[in-house]
Amino acid sequence: MNEEKEVEEQPIPLVIQKLEAHHADALLSQGEMRGTVVVVVRKEQAYAVLEYLKTDPELAYTFLVDITAVDNSQMESELMQFDYARYMVVYQLYSYQGQCRLRVKVPVHENDLNTPSVTGLWQGANWLERETYDMFGINFEGHPDLRRILMPDDFEGHPLQKDYPLRGRGERESFNFDKQNA
Amino acid sequence: MQGGVERATGEKMVLNFGPQHPATHGTLRIVLELDGESILKATPHAGYLHTGFEKLGEHLDYNQYIVVTDRMNYLSPLSNNFGYVLAVEQLLDIEVPKRCQYIRLLMAELSRVADHLLWLGTAALDLGAFSVFLYSFREREKLYSIFEKTTGARLTTSYTRVGGVFRDLYDGCEEDVRQFVTNFPKALKETHTLLTRNRIWMDRTKNVGPISPDDAINYGLTGPCLRATGVAHDIRKAEPYSSYDEVTFDVPVGTNGDAYDRYLVRMEEMIQSCGIITQVLDNMPDGPVNVEDNKITMPNKSDAYGHIEGLIHHFKVVMDGHGVQPPKGEHYCATESPNGELGFYIVSDGTGTAYRIRIRPPSFFHFQALPHMLEGGMVSDTVAVLGSLNVIAGELDR
Repeated sequence: MNEEKEVEEQPIPLVIQKLEAHHADALLSQGEMRGTVVVVVRKEQAYAVLEYLKTDPELAYTFLVDITAVDNSQMESELMQFDYARYMVVYQLYSYQGQCRLRVKVPVHENDLNTPSVTGLWQGANWLERETYDMFGINFEGHPDLRRILMPDDFEGHPLQKDYPLRGRGERESFNFDKQNA
Repeated sequence: MQGGVERATGEKMVLNFGPQHPATHGTLRIVLELDGESILKATPHAGYLHTGFEKLGEHLDYNQYIVVTDRMNYLSPLSNNFGYVLAVEQLLDIEVPKRCQYIRLLMAELSRVADHLLWLGTAALDLGAFSVFLYSFREREKLYSIFEKTTGARLTTSYTRVGGVFRDLYDGCEEDVRQFVTNFPKALKETHTLLTRNRIWMDRTKNVGPISPDDAINYGLTGPCLRATGVAHDIRKAEPYSSYDEVTFDVPVGTNGDAYDRYLVRMEEMIQSCGIITQVLDNMPDGPVNVEDNKITMPNKSDAYGHIEGLIHHFKVVMDGHGVQPPKGEHYCATESPNGELGFYIVSDGTGTAYRIRIRPPSFFHFQALPHMLEGGMVSDTVAVLGSLNVIAGELDR
């Protein structure tokens, strides 16, 4: 019984309290996973929320650790939960001040792959967004230089999509070295 | 440094640096726009070593993927093995026995020294200090023979397993390591006398490629490159994992964030690592090296051959779809690798294969910030700055 009570009385993390107070309409879900706070945010307000998280003096998530995406097309439970959005763009943030991590996820539908770029907030986001575009085809609006980074420029398709085969679609055999050099 | 702007003639030259160049240590490319000797614009290109490691993670099971982590940072594969299994274990919500934590910590610190030594040798070689290269490789060789005896391989170590390590330390390992940490600080002093107050070395690295603390955070720099700017952030201190809270060590920081400070920070980190290694050896606990959960780790060979339960457990761990199966969920786990924050973001759908593995490599951010450090400098600084960042193409492109 005592244990149950303790679980109930766990305080709500500050970041969730503050987001509920300032950006309640942007939040789709919030929770904690293995000690990290995870919030899912509407795409339209994603930039505002990330800017708020970075600039708020109490939260100060000044360090952008990572941007990536997950293709949920084979993860039925996630699809159901977030209105069948195929992609989830994932931001990992860290606060030097509070020494804590935060994960912000933004659902992106397949029929509208645009999502705001955060290069205006963090310089480091530039290549991360390029990689996410390269691997998943997500279009970061407002990115200064959104082009492929790891795959060749004339590559077709986005390799980390779940329907892209592990061994490729024959690009290796038909790679045109002469054309590349020209 | 400012001279270039005053002498501007308006004539530009484009210089292609890499992908095959002796100073790039891996296939990476920088396109430099030059006005005389000064750099107007630098454009780094990545992707020449893209291997699809993240895609592979969606098709290999959790223990098979350890082999892939070796290939990401080929200077310190043990740190990569460690960072990866830690992420899987945290996703499984298990803790490995104390002895295993200490062994991993020992190996991680030894590989930090090995990584910094190789960096030191090659960075100095790029700037013409050939004897430093020989001195650091002599010391590194001692470490590699310890790794070889422990893991059976020099480079492709694959030492850790989910829930433990694949075997205990060999007999006599403690003496070998103790001998190394006793002699190493003396050997490092030789390098200090060769470089630290060396006029040429200081001219080539001081105020070369500087970056401010705010810019460093903005660009996502971590590890020695961040600490060289004066930010005393170390994941081993901020979020201690695997018993790092039980050892004491200092976090060296620089002041200018230039190539010289990165050199000094790495030099001091090696000494601090030796301190950690000594403490680990002094307090090394006895006991098992694997978690006692037959669903996660392999039974020992005599059980597998002598008892039916052991045989079943062995098969269950090895067979496709029966091995380690973390519950549905996701986790991001960061460790302080020699180069900086190495993070693994794993999404599990409850099966034996990860649904998605994302690797956050420190080099990706360091290479991205390169133009910021180069532009306005001289073309000869390119090699010095690139060397000081220690960009590893394997983890840059994955």
